[in-house]
Amino acid sequence: MRHLLSSADLSRDDVRMLLATAAEMHEVQRRDVKKLPTLRGRTVINLFFEDSTRTRSSFEIAGKWMSADTINITGKGSSASKGESLRDTVRTIDAMAVDCLVMRHGASGAAHQVAQWVDASVVNAGDGTHEHPTQALLDAYTVEQRIGDLAGRRVAIVGDLTHSRVFRSNAITLRTLGADVTCVAPPTLMPSGIRPWAQADGLHLTDDLDAVLASGPDVVMMLRVQRERMSGGFFPTPREYTVGFGLTRDRLRALTDANPEAVICHPGPMNRGLEISADAADAARSLVLDQVSAGVAVRMAVLYHLLAGEEVAA
Amino acid sequence: MTRADEHPPAGADDPAPGAPRTVMSGADVARALRRIAHEVVEHNKGADDLVLLGVPTRGVELARRLAALLLDMEGATVPVGELDITMFRDDLRSQPTRAPMPTRIPSEGVDDRVVVLVDDVLYSGRTIRAALDALADLGRPRAVRLAVLVDRGHRELPIRADHVGKNLPTSHTERVMVRLDGVDEVTEDSVSIALGETRAGRPSTPGGPR
Repeated sequence: MRHLLSSADLSRDDVRMLLATAAEMHEVQRRDVKKLPTLRGRTVINLFFEDSTRTRSSFEIAGKWMSADTINITGKGSSASKGESLRDTVRTIDAMAVDCLVMRHGASGAAHQVAQWVDASVVNAGDGTHEHPTQALLDAYTVEQRIGDLAGRRVAIVGDLTHSRVFRSNAITLRTLGADVTCVAPPTLMPSGIRPWAQADGLHLTDDLDAVLASGPDVVMMLRVQRERMSGGFFPTPREYTVGFGLTRDRLRALTDANPEAVICHPGPMNRGLEISADAADAARSLVLDQVSAGVAVRMAVLYHLLAGEEVAA
Repeated sequence: MTRADEHPPAGADDPAPGAPRTVMSGADVARALRRIAHEVVEHNKGADDLVLLGVPTRGVELARRLAALLLDMEGATVPVGELDITMFRDDLRSQPTRAPMPTRIPSEGVDDRVVVLVDDVLYSGRTIRAALDALADLGRPRAVRLAVLVDRGHRELPIRADHVGKNLPTSHTERVMVRLDGVDEVTEDSVSIALGETRAGRPSTPGGPR
C-alpha cells in the first residue's frame, strides 16, 4: 500500500489486516507507556482544508504514539489563504521530504489528485462528498469489537447519503467485509447516481426508516445532516427531517424491540435532536465514544502499513 | 557461498544439497526443554516471581511448554505471556510490512518479577534487542533472562542466552527451521537445517525461516 485514497482500494485481506493491526494498537493504548518506536524519523503532515476535531487529532496522536513527527497545517493558517494553489501548497510540503500527507479537502477527488503530484504517501482523510476511508475502517473495527464479524450482519446507513463521504466509504468497506447494507434516506438526499452502484454492489435502497428498524438490523449507522454542504431545499424543515429520518426515542424502542442486540453508530459531530435523539446517542448500545477511541488505533494501523515497510514493494 | 565453503556445516557431504537435515528430533526437543526448565528453577532458586514471555509465534508455544514442565516439576503455576516485537524492530524499513502479533502480559504484570524471554532461535540478537525495548515499555522486571531452543551463533549485538537447548554452529547461507506441534502442521517437533539464505545480505530475518 502506498496511498490510502479510497475504500475501494482495499481488498478484504487488506481490511482484515488493518483491523487486526488496529486491535493490537488498541491494546497499546491501555498501557502506561503508549509510545512505540516504529515510525521514528518519519514525518507525517496533517493538511486540513476543512474543519475537523477527531480525525485530525487522532491522526496526530496516532503518528506521535508511533514516534513519527507530526505537523498540522490548516487551510486557514497556511499560504492557501494567500491564494496559493493546492498544487503549489502540496508540492512545497513534499519538497521538505515528508513521508506522509494526511489530507482533508472540500473538493471530491482532491486526495487522488494530490497523490499524482507528490512523492509522499497520501491518506485521504475526507475529500468533499466523496470518501473517508479511515472512518469506514474505524466504524467496522468498533462494530466488530462489540458484535463480532460483520460478514452476514445487517447494517442500515441512515440519513444524508448525498453529502456523506462517510456513507460512501462505509458502504464499500461493509460490502468488502460481507455485510448486508441497507441505505435509508429521503428521496432528495439519495445520491443521484446510486442505483447502478447499488445494483452492482448489492446495496438495498429505501426511504422507509421505520420498516428497516422493525426488521431488526444489527447495526444502525446514523449520518450527520451536513447543513454546511446544503444550499437548502433537501427537506422542508429540520423538524420534518427528524420526524421522517431521525433516530428518535420511539424509533430507538422499536429497534430495541426488533433486535435487542442492535448497536448504533454515528461518525460525529452529532446534531442532537436532529438526526439522533439524546436517548439514542447516550444509550448503552451507542458506540459513538468507542468510535472515537478506536480512531487512534485504526489510524496507527493505517500509518504503520503505509510507512513502516520497505519503500519499494517486494 | 564462500563462507559456507570455509565453514562447512557438519554433514556438508549430504548428497542432496538444499534438502533439510534434521538436527533435533521430537525427543531431543523435549529433553532440551526439560533441561531448560530445570536450569530456570535452579538459577532462580524456585519458581517464585517467574514470568515466562514467549516471542511470537514459536516462542509462545515453547513458553507454554516450559510452564507445563514447571508445573509438573515444581507444582508451581508460572504465568505465561506473549511479547510481540514487530513494532520495535530495527529493520522495518527494509522488510515488507508485517502484521503485528498479540502482546499479552499476564495480569500479575512484569514489575519486580523475573522475566524469562523465550524464543526458538537466537541468531543476530536483534529480535531480543527489540524484545528488551518492548519489555521496558511494559514495566520494570527485577531481572530478565533469555531461554532459546537453538543458538545458531552470528550475533550482531552484545546479547547472550542464559539457557540454550542446543548450540548449533551454522553458516549464514543456511536456514534453521524449527517446527513445533501445535504451531506448525506437524505431528512431531523438529529442528532442521537447510541451505539457502532467506534474504541476501540480511542474515537476521526473525519470524521467517531462520
